[in-house]
Amino acid sequence: MNTDLIIPGRYLDNYDIASLAKHAMEDIDPGFASKVAEGDVIVAGRNFGCGSSREQAPLVLKELGVGAVVAESFARIFYRNAINVGLPVVACADASLIEDGDTVEIDLAAGTLSSSSGLESGFPPLPPKLLEILEKGGLVSALKERFRPCRPGTGR
Amino acid sequence: MSGRSFAQKVLSRASGCDAAVGDTVVAKVDLAMSHENAALVSSKFREMGAERIWDPSRVVLVFDHRMPANTVSAAEGHRRVRLFAEEMGVESFYQHGEGICHQVLPEMGHVRSGDLIVGSDSHTTTYGAFGAFATGIGATEMAAVWATGELWFRVPETLRIQIDGGMPSGCMSKDVVLKAIGELGADGADYCCVEYTGGTVDDMSVSSRMVLCNMAIEMGAKAGVCFPDEKTRQYLEERGSGGDELFSDEGSAQRRHLMDVSNLVPQVAAPHSVDNVLPADELRDVAVDQAVLGSCTNGRLEDLQAAAALLKGRKVSASTRLIVVPASRETALQAMEDGTMQALMEAGAIVTNPGCGPCLGAHQGLLAAGETAIASTNRNFRGRMGSPDAEVYLASPLTVAASALTGRITDPREVMR
Repeated sequence: MNTDLIIPGRYLDNYDIASLAKHAMEDIDPGFASKVAEGDVIVAGRNFGCGSSREQAPLVLKELGVGAVVAESFARIFYRNAINVGLPVVACADASLIEDGDTVEIDLAAGTLSSSSGLESGFPPLPPKLLEILEKGGLVSALKERFRPCRPGTGR
Repeated sequence: MSGRSFAQKVLSRASGCDAAVGDTVVAKVDLAMSHENAALVSSKFREMGAERIWDPSRVVLVFDHRMPANTVSAAEGHRRVRLFAEEMGVESFYQHGEGICHQVLPEMGHVRSGDLIVGSDSHTTTYGAFGAFATGIGATEMAAVWATGELWFRVPETLRIQIDGGMPSGCMSKDVVLKAIGELGADGADYCCVEYTGGTVDDMSVSSRMVLCNMAIEMGAKAGVCFPDEKTRQYLEERGSGGDELFSDEGSAQRRHLMDVSNLVPQVAAPHSVDNVLPADELRDVAVDQAVLGSCTNGRLEDLQAAAALLKGRKVSASTRLIVVPASRETALQAMEDGTMQALMEAGAIVTNPGCGPCLGAHQGLLAAGETAIASTNRNFRGRMGSPDAEVYLASPLTVAASALTGRITDPREVMR
């Protein structure tokens, strides 16, 4: 699953994420954007998000309400981008054992994943710094604190 | 395991730490490049509440993906970036069709050996051809770099691809790297720094080495590098650049891949993944509607010259359109001066302005449903060059030219003189 499939380059002159998101995955699944419900989990195979560095790929998935992407492995830039925009990504070797329609429960800090069809699996949890970025909703929120102007005061 | 790798040395220098493989370090970035997606980066920068770029002399902006603007929204994106660049005092701003970022940065002397370079474009790995550690990042991360000058990096493992043997007739560095990607897979170098070494690489021009490093991302690599030599030094000196040369210690690579190219034949990556690689000859029945010669991978002077040598005095097939996109204005001017452009245009090529062209399906030269293209570009994903029902095959400039000539995928040795 490459980033051109997640969001084709022909639409990237559109900087409005809400309208861009309507085109998510359309080249392989034209109805995708209207099918996704809040909290849905995408389950995938190896090298999810390979290709371009476009951050719009995780952004449109997050915009549509995708709660997490669980894949056997991720391409490097997509993985970083997802964390930076606050989309949870889980690299789980057992991803293929999750069945379509399952409900999955993921504990990012503990590194555990269970599914309604009985899968109990684990994954290496994110380093605390990255988990913190995810918990704050992405790198922008995390850095906002750093650049927040100080309160007006007497300077003493 | 002994010694330290190139990646460790650059990241140690840039972070002030002893960077061990697997560590996460916070490093100071030497150069930060963005193209049109600077529009997204600048809005993330504002959202963070940042006010000034940490060091405007280390930021380079290039318009190449949609230059000149082909839609009103692209034009509006350009305008936002222009206003931002002016406000922030970014002087290295190539906004008037100078060419593709990955060609313009080395040409303009921004790339230095040993530097840590980030770009909000996945093919930023190209600068490894000059001995820099260069990697692609996303827009939000780039906003953080603009604000702080720093970014976290996981210190990567090293995959050394040693390439030996004389380059056979009809083959170019693109064939070598396609073969490598076919052998290793699209995630075969995931997160690694790929080092290209060996006699074949030593014999290559700097332009040919740029192809290897450019395509490192197509096997999942974080960075690709060819170690500097006299050719690198000469290129950099001519551009008023230089740098600190860093080399891996013996035995510092975690993985090795050996290639002997002496019996290599022209390679093609078939739809819809870059690791679906076959000899060109096995695809001889595939008719092509469009042939594309260009991109940050293969739009340089030597690429145009190779195609022109094959096409000079001949005509492109009546069933095929050949689109030539020089990688930069400098490339285009040189190709005009030495007759390359004349030969290509006389053969029937459509020459467009320097830039990314049809590569990512965002500007010119899009494909209709049911059409097939052969391209010297870097990705053949479904929908990459237009319709999701079109097919893109990737090959060397020679194979693209040969295929344009016959109207079907052609091993260039069949038609070379």
